[in-house]
Amino acid sequence: MSDSTQKTQQVIGTTEELLAYSLALEIEAVERFTELGDQMEVHNNHEVADLFYKLAEIEGKHVENVNKASAGKELPNILAWEFDWIDEGESPEGGAMEDAHYLMQPWHAIELAKHGEQRAVAFFKHVASNATDKDVEAMARELVAEEEEHVELLEQWQQRFPRPDEGWDDDLDPPTMVE
Amino acid sequence: MTETTACTLLQPKEYKSKVKPVWCPGCGDFGVLGSITKALSGLQIQPENAAIISGIGCSSRMPTYLRTYGFHGVHGRALALATGLKVARPELTVIATGGDGDGFSIGGNHFLHTCRRNPNMTYIVMDNQVYGMTKGQASPTTDPHWEKGKLTPGGTGINPFQPLVIALASGANFIARSSSSDSNGTAKVIMEAIRHPGFSLVQILSPCVTFRPEQRDWKNRLIPAPMGPTSDPAQAARRLLTDEGMYTGILFRGDRPPYQPRPEPSIDNIAELDEEFRL
Repeated sequence: MSDSTQKTQQVIGTTEELLAYSLALEIEAVERFTELGDQMEVHNNHEVADLFYKLAEIEGKHVENVNKASAGKELPNILAWEFDWIDEGESPEGGAMEDAHYLMQPWHAIELAKHGEQRAVAFFKHVASNATDKDVEAMARELVAEEEEHVELLEQWQQRFPRPDEGWDDDLDPPTMVE
Repeated sequence: MTETTACTLLQPKEYKSKVKPVWCPGCGDFGVLGSITKALSGLQIQPENAAIISGIGCSSRMPTYLRTYGFHGVHGRALALATGLKVARPELTVIATGGDGDGFSIGGNHFLHTCRRNPNMTYIVMDNQVYGMTKGQASPTTDPHWEKGKLTPGGTGINPFQPLVIALASGANFIARSSSSDSNGTAKVIMEAIRHPGFSLVQILSPCVTFRPEQRDWKNRLIPAPMGPTSDPAQAARRLLTDEGMYTGILFRGDRPPYQPRPEPSIDNIAELDEEFRL
């Protein structure tokens, strides 16, 4: 998983724009977790599939919350590549699909989710510290607090699962076996 | 950025079908699927006005996962099918998709001549330098020293195919390279490729995490092309021959007019039709 260390100088000027970013981030999270759930289901890893679907459901509630906060406002329509995220052009909660593995365990799934939330914290902190508008800064700080709470909840959730031992991805009948 | 309410527009996920992809978790092709849907959404192309045509291979499953028209054809023949469709239905947005084996080995001859012919369509090649579906044989773009292919112990020992150089030499009108790890950037490149008249080639480095797990590191080796696209083939050739395969971005934009034959006048009486088939 890559670290979100590459900062851009982009400044979000209005709360509408910030809400559009927030909405895109949460929608990407829903789509990503649904896609990961589908991948695990196709590969008969049902325990992790269910967990990803649960994460998608939770992110869906975040989408609802952003939509409620946006009521009465007209959000700009920003194309996927026009978003100025701080990590290689990908939404904080939308990347790192290459970290999925068909033998991954619940601990890994939560680790992946936690990493996305941490990137979201970093993004909104970046927005807050670069804001030139007081309302944008205040909203960004609220979003930082929310995302930090998500990280904390995921950390608690992760403690329910043991950290997998080395070699968790060993497969005695691997798909690479030539029949 | 436009000031339109997002909900009135077709969103990327609305281009996806309900079929769940069977690609291995971690496969780069998931990112490419996302990029294609974002590009179609960016252009607001109605699903019924687009057709995705493919051959055979993991990445050639692409039409199944999209809600556009699609045709999952025979091995290496995606470009022949796509050209036929574009000529017959020029109003459609035609996109051919596939992998490096399908496109550059089995379909190599079609690739050359589609570049020459320059039909107004886009070819997306998900290049993972391996035949994944048949369990890990060396492909035309495989490094000569890759030793893990069961059929090529010790490596192939032969130079890899250079798709962008060949495309340029053969007359492709738009040439770009991108990476599946940059789904949003790739979406933009695909959108530009669709917009550009003539034959557009987009090579997307798309890791095969099962047979080439070392390709997970590709995303750390990518270099955004230091210069913008050129329309000078000689300059483009110099760049492509020296970039070691890791420069990303739009590398060449030509200005050749696309191939589009005028439709034959329709035959509306049986005697004329009979004359056509007289030996």
